[in-house]
Amino acid sequence: MNERGDRDQQVGGARPRGRAAEVWQCLQGVTDPELDESVVELNFISRVEVDSENRVYIEFRLPTYWCAANFSFLMANDMRRAVIELDWVEGVSVVLGEHMYADKINAGLAKGLSFQDTFGVEADGDLDDLRRTFLIKAFQRRQVVLLNHLAEAGHAPATVVGLTLAGLGDLPVDDEGTKLIRRYLERRSVVGPARADALAFLDVEGARLKAESLSSYVSGLRRVGINAEFNSALCRGLLSVRFDLETPFVAKSKTSSTNAGSQHVP
Amino acid sequence: MYRTAKGEEIFVIDGHTHFWDGSPANQKNIHGKQFIECFYAYHSNLSPPSEKWPLEKFEKYDAKTMFDDLFVTGYDDMAILQPTYLTDFYKNGFNTTERNSAIKKSHPDRFILNGAFDPRDGTKGLENLHALSEKHKLKGVKLYTAEWRGESKGYKLTDKACYQYLEAAQKLGIKNIHVHKGPTIIPLNRDAFDVADVDDVATSFQDLNFIVEHCGLPRLDDFCWIATQETNVYAGLAVALPFIHTRPGYFAHIISELLFWVGPDKILYGSDYGIWTPKWLIDKFMAFEIPADVTKETGSVLSMETKTKILGLNAARLYGIDVEAQKKKIRAGGGYAHLPEAVHAAP
Repeated sequence: MNERGDRDQQVGGARPRGRAAEVWQCLQGVTDPELDESVVELNFISRVEVDSENRVYIEFRLPTYWCAANFSFLMANDMRRAVIELDWVEGVSVVLGEHMYADKINAGLAKGLSFQDTFGVEADGDLDDLRRTFLIKAFQRRQVVLLNHLAEAGHAPATVVGLTLAGLGDLPVDDEGTKLIRRYLERRSVVGPARADALAFLDVEGARLKAESLSSYVSGLRRVGINAEFNSALCRGLLSVRFDLETPFVAKSKTSSTNAGSQHVP
Repeated sequence: MYRTAKGEEIFVIDGHTHFWDGSPANQKNIHGKQFIECFYAYHSNLSPPSEKWPLEKFEKYDAKTMFDDLFVTGYDDMAILQPTYLTDFYKNGFNTTERNSAIKKSHPDRFILNGAFDPRDGTKGLENLHALSEKHKLKGVKLYTAEWRGESKGYKLTDKACYQYLEAAQKLGIKNIHVHKGPTIIPLNRDAFDVADVDDVATSFQDLNFIVEHCGLPRLDDFCWIATQETNVYAGLAVALPFIHTRPGYFAHIISELLFWVGPDKILYGSDYGIWTPKWLIDKFMAFEIPADVTKETGSVLSMETKTKILGLNAARLYGIDVEAQKKKIRAGGGYAHLPEAVHAAP
């Protein structure tokens, strides 16, 4: 079943048109925790509707029938949280389609239950821990790409490790650099308070990096990027085959030009 | 058998093959249908267009098709049959040891038949393992720690019950424990990719070899770490290898990391047949070189000697195959009669 054509479909006349666009914009900021990419860019969202009473209906689907229930639940929750922030929204319904746990997950979501309460004995882990694990991986991936970029642009290790957050913001960089810095800053708070005078680059323990060992630190993070690329390539491919998408790599949201091209960082 | 342009002969053992029945007639429920369709999506997504099969062929292929794809069109000399039971999804199971044993019986010199166990089967399962081992002289088993079984959504190798099974395996002479750690199959929030339990049992069972299928992908970082610590942990290349076609740059990174951390003596080729077929995988693998910029990072090089180890010599060592003696047997049985025509057909 392919519901891509529903992207601009709304219920209740002309007014929600702009509001549906606002919802898409909001969803742009929700990521698949493991891939660290927007659920919109990944083509997971199959339908957004806003009714005349400003209730939002979101449908999404995943690359396989078997995709991990906890990640599915987590993404659905994140979508709800992001969209409810819009001041005009009166309610949010998120529905997962064509998944082996679709019924269970959808019932849990509708009742506002936690993952643990939804799955009971079958769930044996804390979703917050899981979320943190993947935020750290996302942080590492974004950091290593930025560090590589700065090294290639000729910034010396001693300069880089000494940069404050304010200093990183002031660094003269090209467009690619600006984008990588923005993406890195979105995750910087994972490892410590992001005050302007705090060091820009810390490891996951919150310790400062050392100039003399910077290159071995960067190679150590390399494998995090390899994993992410495996996931990304596989998930996009499987989704594409499953729903017969002709052009799964094209970002579809017209409101997302600032994020377009953020996939496939090496 | 793969012959290089110079005429060198490379003995190939395919570490990962299946003789499954995923046809609608055998599907027990919607999960069975979705399972084979998910496999088919892997097949369709990563195979070159010319190598794609129709869904009907993919759901259930006969023994002759498999034999030809592996040993006549393909370059395999021998193949390890790895079972996948999935009895909750398929009436007669998906790919059981019993089903595999029929094809092994027809071609005893070509196949290595592996068994399986599941520690959740208790004492009865242990008895079955003894019987299975006695009947088929097993040297290896394939384990799915994430397999769904009634209310249980998986187990860990470190579970007490699993230790009993591993002890039994050791006594029975089953030396090779293939563990599925990679994508697919119902990881609820037990982590199907987590390799920490392999680390633990590899230390406790030094006489056993643990072959981590799909090298823990996508958690390659965790896998490389434990494989470096443990001398008896190996990497199975199934699922990683087909990326050589769609994403060669990415494959270069994987193989380069594996060579750096795990080393050339502990990596095993596997096609994951019928998801992918040996002919194109090996043609691409033999032609493959790690690009200079990747080599610069890790120092890894995919030399002819390393390729020979990955394609067959490493598996031969684990399974006690005397390569020269085996070649003689296969040749005597007419197994290489097709070679002058077929092998050099590669572009």
